Amino acid sequence: MGIEELVPDGILTTTVEKMVNWARRSSLWPATFGLACCAIEMMASSAARYDLARFGAEVFRASPRQADLMIVAGRVSKKMAPVLKRIYDQMPEPKWVISMGACASCGGIFNNYAIVQGVDTVVPVDVYVPGCPPRPEALIYGIMKLQEKIDRQPLKRPAPAAESEPPAATEASNAGA
Amino acid sequence: MTTATTPEFKTITLNMGPQHPSTHGVLRLVIELDGETVVSLKPVVGYLHTGMEKSMESKNYHKSITVTDRMDYLSPLGNNMAYVAAVEKLMNLTIPERAQVLRVILLELTRISSHLVWLGTHAIDLGAMSVFLYCFREREKLLDVNDLVAGSRLTPSYFRVGGFYQDVPDPFVPHVRKFLEEFPTALAEYQDLLTKNRIWMKRTIGVGLLSAERAINLALTGPTLRGSGVRYDVRKAKPYSGYETYDFDVPLGRNGDVYDRYLCRIEEMKQSLSIVRQGLDRLKPGPVRADNPYLFPADRTDVKLNMEQLIYHFKIMSQGYTAPPGDAYFSVESPKGELGFYVVSDGTSIPHRTRVRPPSLINLQALEDMCIGRMVSDVVACIGSIDIVLGEVDR
Repeated sequence: MGIEELVPDGILTTTVEKMVNWARRSSLWPATFGLACCAIEMMASSAARYDLARFGAEVFRASPRQADLMIVAGRVSKKMAPVLKRIYDQMPEPKWVISMGACASCGGIFNNYAIVQGVDTVVPVDVYVPGCPPRPEALIYGIMKLQEKIDRQPLKRPAPAAESEPPAATEASNAGA
Repeated sequence: MTTATTPEFKTITLNMGPQHPSTHGVLRLVIELDGETVVSLKPVVGYLHTGMEKSMESKNYHKSITVTDRMDYLSPLGNNMAYVAAVEKLMNLTIPERAQVLRVILLELTRISSHLVWLGTHAIDLGAMSVFLYCFREREKLLDVNDLVAGSRLTPSYFRVGGFYQDVPDPFVPHVRKFLEEFPTALAEYQDLLTKNRIWMKRTIGVGLLSAERAINLALTGPTLRGSGVRYDVRKAKPYSGYETYDFDVPLGRNGDVYDRYLCRIEEMKQSLSIVRQGLDRLKPGPVRADNPYLFPADRTDVKLNMEQLIYHFKIMSQGYTAPPGDAYFSVESPKGELGFYVVSDGTSIPHRTRVRPPSLINLQALEDMCIGRMVSDVVACIGSIDIVLGEVDR
């Protein structure tokens, strides 16, 4: 059929892109970045009953420099927003952001002077998880959606820059064609 | 100490937080260090300021209940209780017996679940990861109770002004009874892991000392105060919801260190279990709503058949109920301490002003006293022993 017939048993062929994406998606390391109520549900997701480790994302890192996923769990106040941006900037590429809960996604029930109306005004968000707070099942589903997204990510393009800009990819695909 | 040859005495400033795993949220501490000894410590708060008190000035009494849930998110029902009771005091309502008993049961279950998060995170901070997993295992059962009665795990908003909107479902009592059977074993397990653990004792005994006099002067409340041996519990001092009829002890510490506060909270969980057991025994069928037709929405079937009921339904949903002009302060014993709500009414359906007395913010004052002269690693133990929730500190 192809090269698979020539290689001995126990050897698989794949593309570099698939393999790298598989490695990245299977060991997402979230930064410990709990803000409010959602953080408690985030802790519950990693604890006994829900066991986030099943999806390779249980290693909560205290230092953003060791993390590649930021779960913004809770309301972001205007005082906290610059700190959040800084922590995001400290995370090494490639990095992803999950906006957990109504407050992080759009301000939630707090439409007032103190709360940032959506964390996507500060950092680029990959997956929004609705709920107030989302149940651990919802967060786990959000992480699985992010894994699907990582699976489709081309290697040639930096991850966060191409957030909502599909035309940016045409250069690379044209070159390939 | 300083001589001509030694370099000049210098302190360094260490910034801890707002993103730090052991500050229990977004607390920031500016610590001045001499070597590794704390010289001064200043908490910087406000990183989670949500403007809740201001938000409540634009919501009617009913809608504000949901805001209180998100204040101290470890004991949502405790906050519900303080707020709802303040409004009930303002409106001079009498709560039916069954609703009062149910409130006590739910409040004590919430106290246990809050203390479980405290124990888990406190233990993680001091290096005992497995305790966290065990604590959350039991806590999930309590969240199931919330799920059962209100359909939400963390933010149930179950208490209403005047009692409850709906009675608890049938599986509630068996579920809680089952928990009462299982929990003492689990509690013994936590104590096996920690109470006589040599590392735990070394990290906590004699750390974060606070004298009774100093604790009173700082207006501390809750287990942080009782750890220093002061007998003050709102449930005993100003009983509410029928607490005066329950038989329970107020555990006290002797030395006022982190270990004593730990023992206090563990003992409090046992007392809470006993209160829940007494509550379940005296639970009798009956109404759960106060005798006031203007507090609760109309019956769903009536709304579809009856024009007046439809108009009433529209009115209570859009405008809400009104409270007579005046003000009321009500405080309850939340897991963190004395949680008070002060509500000022101008006679409309929206409060003129709502003010919160947050126990976490006031207890946080004690942190500097506890930490000065000790090592940086003890700061972490002290934060854990105060049991702060930043949602409540900053509001």
